[in-house]
Amino acid sequence: MTAVLENHATESTETEAGAVPSFEVTLRIRRYNPESAHGDQAVWEEFTVTAHGTDRVLDALHKIKWELDGSLTFRRSCAHGICGSDAMRINGRNRLACKTLLKDVNPDKPITVEPIKGLPVVKDLVVDMEPFFASYREIMPFLITSGNEPSRERIQSPEDRARFDDTTKCILCAACTSSCPVFWTDGQYFGPAAIVNAHRFIFDSRDEGAVQRLEILNDKEGVWRCRTTFNCTEACPRGIEVTKAIQEVKRAMITRAF
Amino acid sequence: MQTHQYDVVIVGAGGAGMRAALEASKEARTAVISKLYPTRSHTGAAQGGMCAALANVEEDNWEWHTFDTIKGGDYLVDQDAAEIMAKEAIDAVLDLERMGLPFNRTPEGKIDQRRFGGHTRNHGEAAVRRACYAADRTGHMILQTLYQNCVKQDVEFFNEFYVLDLLTDHDLTTEQIADGEEVNATGVVAYDLATGEIHVFQAKAIIFATGGAGKIFKTTSNAHTLTGDGMALAYRRGLPLEDMEFFQFHPTGLAGLGILLSEAARGEGGILRNSEGERFMERYAPTIKDLAPRDIVARSMANEVREGRGAGPDKDYVLLDLTHLEPAHIDAKLPDITEFARTYLGIEPYTEPVPVYPTAHYAMGGVPTNVDGEVLRDSRNVVRGLYAAGEVACVSVHGSNRLGTNSLLDINVFGKRAGRSAAAYAKTVGRHKELPEKPAARVVEQLEEMRNRPDGERVADVRRALQETMDANAQVFRTAESLNQALADIRGLQKRYRNVSVQDKGRLFNTDLLEAIELGFLLDIAEVTVVTALNRKESRGGHYREDHPQRDDANYMLHTMAYRRPTSAPDVADGTVKGYFDHVEEFDGYKVVLGSKPVTQTRYEPMERKY
Repeated sequence: MTAVLENHATESTETEAGAVPSFEVTLRIRRYNPESAHGDQAVWEEFTVTAHGTDRVLDALHKIKWELDGSLTFRRSCAHGICGSDAMRINGRNRLACKTLLKDVNPDKPITVEPIKGLPVVKDLVVDMEPFFASYREIMPFLITSGNEPSRERIQSPEDRARFDDTTKCILCAACTSSCPVFWTDGQYFGPAAIVNAHRFIFDSRDEGAVQRLEILNDKEGVWRCRTTFNCTEACPRGIEVTKAIQEVKRAMITRAF
Repeated sequence: MQTHQYDVVIVGAGGAGMRAALEASKEARTAVISKLYPTRSHTGAAQGGMCAALANVEEDNWEWHTFDTIKGGDYLVDQDAAEIMAKEAIDAVLDLERMGLPFNRTPEGKIDQRRFGGHTRNHGEAAVRRACYAADRTGHMILQTLYQNCVKQDVEFFNEFYVLDLLTDHDLTTEQIADGEEVNATGVVAYDLATGEIHVFQAKAIIFATGGAGKIFKTTSNAHTLTGDGMALAYRRGLPLEDMEFFQFHPTGLAGLGILLSEAARGEGGILRNSEGERFMERYAPTIKDLAPRDIVARSMANEVREGRGAGPDKDYVLLDLTHLEPAHIDAKLPDITEFARTYLGIEPYTEPVPVYPTAHYAMGGVPTNVDGEVLRDSRNVVRGLYAAGEVACVSVHGSNRLGTNSLLDINVFGKRAGRSAAAYAKTVGRHKELPEKPAARVVEQLEEMRNRPDGERVADVRRALQETMDANAQVFRTAESLNQALADIRGLQKRYRNVSVQDKGRLFNTDLLEAIELGFLLDIAEVTVVTALNRKESRGGHYREDHPQRDDANYMLHTMAYRRPTSAPDVADGTVKGYFDHVEEFDGYKVVLGSKPVTQTRYEPMERKY
């Protein structure tokens, strides 16, 4: 199906003023809806909409949903790269739709949009996130301490705090895990995001649970399955050096230094 | 349909909901129902910090924090509640640190603190370092830390479940209920997005922690999902909403987009400039300048633009200048917001000032509660078993203008209090109160009616029209004329809403259907916001009436209480307090009745608000 959206009055005024040039963009979207006539078959559909200079892929998806086809289904919330709802595969790469400007993904050709890989597709761009969160929960993603709670804050030097800063940025969007070829072929693999969150605690000077977490990650589906392809680092919308974090966890497992 | 029984049910899994869950689940069988995965909640978008008078870097005490909060709220704050919040702030921060929150540290390894708008030493002498923070990701760290601890405590979640009704044992919209008479909340009805199935949750105590309603505006820092669900549900079931006319516009939204740039940018030394390069806040707030409270800064910015000193080709924004700060300092303290400027506007904040304009940010008003989180059904009676915390609630600790960082504080202090009191109350209840005969009937009917409508108008068109009129007529500057225009528009849109239809008729993951339902919430919340704004003929905090530019304590030192009633029901919503605003706004089939509630004043006499 190809549908063309007409310009709104306000948009043409803006164009006339010359402030924000608009352009046409076509999205080629992987659709899947078990309730539809296609049943279990996923199909590609194309939609053409008018976009503006700073519009993101999420804006185009919203235009399609709000003005052309209300049944187009995807998750989104904050719309500025903080909540982690809208990770999807855009032109073959995992990105957040709300952080990807249309002009940066060559809008001259149709932009392909697919659900992230390796997780069961529920409908259109929505996948079942449960297996992803299950791996996350397994690595004990919380501070583990012993003894009495201090009456004030625990002391931590700025250097010790900096040691795990990078991995505190994770928003659990699954862009990394679902870009990992090992995860695609072996759904049991913990995946980069779970390891990133283990790293966040293993290298926190206040934490005493590193040995337990390393034990968990030493499993056959654990950290050793990583093949260092760097897909995860490239995919991370928060700029976390995911592969480096995984390497640090591997090293900690051998040296028991953290 | 499935039915569940819990002691405590919490609706919403942002900061307030999860903080409540950590308390309640220790004592009572607890479930958290959230329309999002918990880590998607908008608490995660908060940036700058959470204030507490830890005095880690300079002299400070909670009494100064209390005063700043009350003055910041232009004296409409309930002073007992503000005192509790400022006192308990210290433990709230320490609780989070012990749960693992990675705060930035001082050289000695203590929690670091920085300056924030309206937070001062010794009652306004100078800005004070009170905000505890983790770079410009404080909300993200709070949300993650609370979720991590929910995982640790094995809290039970129902994710992507939309709560669409609140069940009580009395119909508050039609019944005349005497002072002191018992009204109980008995449960909620939820829609499972993944399957389309209806779930009824019977509970001894229910906590609403559903967040705000920023999507009534077009330019907003709020997430698409902030559609005022909890406020609207309570309101439709006959509970009042308090102080809805007070909406905060955050000064520094990315121009044209509304994406939040933290006040921490100014706390770290950033300066607002007009097109002439002038640091204009020196004229409006000579003592604390760019760190004046948000209502004042937002108005000053809008005024600069109105008087022709806006920057850019259309002179419609001002500039946030960080160029005098060291890039290393910016990277360490403000990494995310500078990345927003790069990603969305292509601006390099090291070398170029960032275009900013006020963006709808926070509802000071909401479901009225006392300091234990119990929801009020009028100016003094509580609904037994019903609690609210966070942005959905109005305690009121923010009065007519919330200070920066006090929302992260609010969710932690009052989330904890609501969780504790809900669990304690649930333990005193022997058996669950009975549910109405067909508890899900209203929701099923509403959903089926919406799903089966013949082709009509698009949800998005009505929503866009609503957001545009709210931006044009109920934003930083308001007049009777502009508000009447907004009200007329909303009346028209309420009618059009009856003809909107959805294209997705399916059961599975039908977000089209839910967006239509959410639009109904938005319309009701926008309507009550405008009705109350029209009625308050004074200027106070975030509510600025150009036709009534002065604060008027003689007539308006009162909280507004708005009740939605069927046309046939009696007007008087609350027979216990004198000093009604006494206004009834008639709509097609219902009316909005405005009453009031006294402001609690303890030790601070209202003074003129100068910075």
